[in-house]
Amino acid sequence: MNVCVTVNGKVYERVVEPRLLLSDFLRHELNLTGTHVGCEQGVCGACTVLLNGDPVRSCLIFAVQAHEQEIMTVEGLAPAGTDKLHPLQEAFRDAHGLQCGFCTPGFLLTLLPFIEENPNPTEQEIREALSGNLCRCTGYQNIVKAVKLAVETAERGE
Amino acid sequence: MATRYFGEPIKRNEDPRLLKGEALFVDDVHLPEMLHAAFLRSDYAHARLKGIDVSAALEHEGVVAVYTADDLGDYWQPGPLLVPPPPVERLTFHQRTQVPLAKDKLRHVGEPIAVVVATSRYIAEDALQDIELDVEPLTPVVGLESALESDAALVHDGLDSNLAAHVIQEKGDYAAIRAKAEVLIKRQFVYDHGAAAAMENRGVVADWDSKAQQLKIWDTTQAPIPIRNGLAAMLGLSESQVQVIAPFLGGGFGPKIMMFYPEEVVVPWIAKQLGRPVKWIEDRQENFFATTHERSQIHDSEIALSKDGRILGVSDTFLHDTGAYAPYGLTVPINSQCTLLGPYDVPHYYSEFKAVFTNTVIVTPYRGAGRQHGVFVMERLLDIAAKELAIDRVEIRKRNYLKPDQFPHNHEIIYQDFAPLIYDSGNYLPALERAAEMIDYDNFIKTEQPQLMKQGKCVGLGIVSYVEGTGIGPYEGARVKVDASGKINVATGVGTQGQGHFTSFAQIVAEQLGVDIEHIRVVTGDTSEFGWGCGTFASRGAVVAGNAIHAAAVRVRKKVLKHASEHLEAAEEDLVLEGGKAFVKDVPTKSVSLGELAQMSNPLRGAVKPGSEPGLEATDYFGPERGATASGVHAMIVEIDPETMMLEIKKYIVVHDCGKVINPMILEGQIQGGVAQGIGNAFYEELVYDDDGQLTNASFMDYLIPTANDVPTVESDHVETPSPLNPLGVKGAGEAGAIPVGPLFAQAIEDALSGFNLEILKIPVSPGKLFELLQESGDGAQ
Amino acid sequence: MKPAPFDYHAPTTLAEALALLDEYGFDAKLLAGGQSLVPTMNFRLALPEILIDINHIADLAFVRNEDDGLHIGALTRHAELERSELVAEKAPLLAEAMPNVAHSQIRNRGTIGGSLAHADPAAELPAIMIALEARFRIQSQSDDRWIAASDFFVDLFTTELEAEEILTEIVIPPLPARTGCAFLELARRHGDFALVGAATRVTLDNLGACSEARIVLLSVGNTSVRAVLAEQSLQGKALTGQNIRDAALIASDQDIEPPADMHATEKYRRQLTKVLAERTLTKALERATSAP
Repeated sequence: MNVCVTVNGKVYERVVEPRLLLSDFLRHELNLTGTHVGCEQGVCGACTVLLNGDPVRSCLIFAVQAHEQEIMTVEGLAPAGTDKLHPLQEAFRDAHGLQCGFCTPGFLLTLLPFIEENPNPTEQEIREALSGNLCRCTGYQNIVKAVKLAVETAERGE
Repeated sequence: MATRYFGEPIKRNEDPRLLKGEALFVDDVHLPEMLHAAFLRSDYAHARLKGIDVSAALEHEGVVAVYTADDLGDYWQPGPLLVPPPPVERLTFHQRTQVPLAKDKLRHVGEPIAVVVATSRYIAEDALQDIELDVEPLTPVVGLESALESDAALVHDGLDSNLAAHVIQEKGDYAAIRAKAEVLIKRQFVYDHGAAAAMENRGVVADWDSKAQQLKIWDTTQAPIPIRNGLAAMLGLSESQVQVIAPFLGGGFGPKIMMFYPEEVVVPWIAKQLGRPVKWIEDRQENFFATTHERSQIHDSEIALSKDGRILGVSDTFLHDTGAYAPYGLTVPINSQCTLLGPYDVPHYYSEFKAVFTNTVIVTPYRGAGRQHGVFVMERLLDIAAKELAIDRVEIRKRNYLKPDQFPHNHEIIYQDFAPLIYDSGNYLPALERAAEMIDYDNFIKTEQPQLMKQGKCVGLGIVSYVEGTGIGPYEGARVKVDASGKINVATGVGTQGQGHFTSFAQIVAEQLGVDIEHIRVVTGDTSEFGWGCGTFASRGAVVAGNAIHAAAVRVRKKVLKHASEHLEAAEEDLVLEGGKAFVKDVPTKSVSLGELAQMSNPLRGAVKPGSEPGLEATDYFGPERGATASGVHAMIVEIDPETMMLEIKKYIVVHDCGKVINPMILEGQIQGGVAQGIGNAFYEELVYDDDGQLTNASFMDYLIPTANDVPTVESDHVETPSPLNPLGVKGAGEAGAIPVGPLFAQAIEDALSGFNLEILKIPVSPGKLFELLQESGDGAQ
Repeated sequence: MKPAPFDYHAPTTLAEALALLDEYGFDAKLLAGGQSLVPTMNFRLALPEILIDINHIADLAFVRNEDDGLHIGALTRHAELERSELVAEKAPLLAEAMPNVAHSQIRNRGTIGGSLAHADPAAELPAIMIALEARFRIQSQSDDRWIAASDFFVDLFTTELEAEEILTEIVIPPLPARTGCAFLELARRHGDFALVGAATRVTLDNLGACSEARIVLLSVGNTSVRAVLAEQSLQGKALTGQNIRDAALIASDQDIEPPADMHATEKYRRQLTKVLAERTLTKALERATSAP
């Protein structure tokens, strides 16, 4: 089947089997390997991408379902063509919010709309927002710290 | 040196790539013409395999090949024994290691039987459904105690029983001291560990270039060099024909240091057979069945004490589940045996264990690697002793700590590194006192807890100690080189799994060469960059590879100073290395950059002094005499809903001593992550096998990894007792966070439910199990 | 863990979807949010030959209030229900339960119709619908019928839906006066399927006694279970602490036959049922007392 999808602002067109998972499509057809796959049953959250702005598990959507939709992956976060990081990425680095980094793209994409919609979240709200993404390295503490840092940065309008 | 690097919380070099999704993980490798492998795995825990018919699978469009054990020919060999048993006098060991594909017999659910190679993973999995097996089910061997009964089925037909090993280690004379003891406490303990469940599953990509006669392998291993050496030998290639790359790893935690997994052995062979690149990526379900676990031990333990709570001796006899094979030798149970002694002065110790083959997934080290089991036994014995003797639990620990003047302390038994268990250094009391202060122990016990209890709240405190043998040998090596651009290249043989090596190793070099860490490129885990080494395990990366890098950097520093002194016409001792330059102290204008020096030391024309070596480069190695012993104290306050047994952690404290700290930010992260895994082990995660040998919760739906809601903020502090065994004075820290959490939960829960008659002798515990325990004790939930 | 092959259809109207269902029957499976179906397909536990993706039928996603109650289109996503002010106002019990449905990423995709048709006894929405006396509209090419939520769920993952039918719409009638609701669940980790959950509704008469109580429990049987005897025990009685405790005990002892699994034994589920029945009844009473 034909799939035409906009990923990180760029239009891609491919012919795929209907059963191809969106996660595999992004990684292996489009070579956008920043989206990671951890469980293929929607629990770990490593494959989280934005579908029309909302965080979703790309392992629970078929690529054909993304036809004519808009997707954002971790590759779309930092300003293209520069060494710069997105402020949220910067906050993760400053707070040591990642270790092996495998789960990190999923966290970033879950958090991107969360921070926009919650300019002043409590720690409990942050933890709740993170709870659909598993991390095995950090114990989450520094991820929470990174979110607080990112929120502060956004508040200062940086 | 003006700018300090060592000991600073420097931001990580590797982060930008990871944050932008640009870091290479094994599954990110894409090669032209690449094929995809999927393994057919046993559904049976124990069965005779009488026949395999792959003909229908071969007919699938897109299937290129299907292989079974017979197709492997002479390549089919049981894996090597990775860790031979240590030189303990009273030791029996039966070597049985995993096979590439099952032949004749299936020994655990998930054991690979056949492999399909196809143009896509989807098609390969389609074809798996069409492989026909002729199988005769056998009685599965599951429970540890029943496995040793005389009528038990045999996991390995050639053995008389399911005994994998029997080891006795002794110090002093426990029987004699027992006779004199004023107090004896005896209990049975069960401690279950779980699956490492790294977020990245395992994977292998192999590419045979027949024109260059080179085999290139990307592998999610913590030990690329031993993998290269082993595969080269098995495939009849020279080591220089095989390159193994362990790129970024999405967490390892132990099971990725298990070597020569069936898939790791079979996939490169297929690539060579077919002359096409082959990729196998483990999925999460396979990860539960095919990646090694750590699991259960059953301890029958006794402690002998004086009336004032001094330990006279400990006796511990335990069974250890090693799974269907034991490629990792005795590392895990030996760790349990040795770590049980903890920070305590135990004059007499009798320890005996039997490792048992069962029809379950292989057991190899997972973060903590058996240390948890031992620490649980000792801490629980002390808690029970404290209760019986009416001694405060902090006090009983204080009374039994080794004193600073007792180091180095010889425990007179053999550790996993084959060396005697000798603690290098330690100072335990300050950590305990600091932890008690941070958790406000006295106030909580005397004031806060009684008040809250009066309001009907069940709150409790736990405080426990542990030691961790870290940084064991044999050795690691490293090469440090200054480029003509002024950039520094560092190469070492260890793989890395997220511990921040790209930064901490750079800091060690920066400290010597005065170059900012962003100009230092660290390469780990690529055998073409560095070909000697063992791997990251046993909290040894920073200790062993770190000191090797330090040694190489010190030698490069000497070269830099020598060349700079000649060039600047100044004495070496008057030179400062900073900001990528060498300059004369107090005359910063009189300087030369490291890049220029590198260029000058590698002239393209003209003469050099006879005997001079080109370049600013040095390679060095480090191998410690024995491991460095880290230690610490964890303390926690919990509240339990007495109606539902749901538990909330209110406060969590870690005071830790791992000697000199390279990067405190990274260290904190290691501890926080370790605690999270410890909490998982103590309260959430359990691999549940049924009597048929089926793992009943092999998915993230039922195997409960703690989420952000389940892990508290850890407040931590440090005590610094440098190790005398290495120049940097460092000790390992990777596993410490995870080790004492089981006994911590047990103590805190008992304290919170002190109104009930409850003893927690089993980990993991859970709200449901607490409820059952209360039912059994006759108290019942309210 | 890759799904087996299937043929894919993406109708844009209900009529098209119904025609496809009529044609393929049992060979076809509807794909709504896919948050339960796709994992099952990835494990190859579900092997549908035909997948009919109804996500493009825009008419099926709506929340609107009418005289007979709150109308919700079957394709409405959980996240929409969670955010909807209309839901919060008209069906506060539903709003209260929504944050317990898995995690935000799942709620962004999962749909109310999909969840109800899936009929997982551990899921929140079936229990909520029974507690709120919702009605479901079920359509096929030849039929268009309504069924009460309490009649819809038949057994484990089994409903009254025939192979050629689609659940298209849910109607939640307005709450009677002096009515309060409460939802609570206990899970090992927040977002997991509950060990036990309770959706409770209490209506008071003019004198403040209980004129009607509904206690619907999840994860204690093959479907959501109404604690009928406990409900009856409260009928006409003042909701004193003692009466509530007695009812909770009846619910846990007599109304259910809870299953045992690795996370909870039967006894523990009964204990949790007792606790949650009591806590939700107490909370619902509080709310009913202050309700108009």
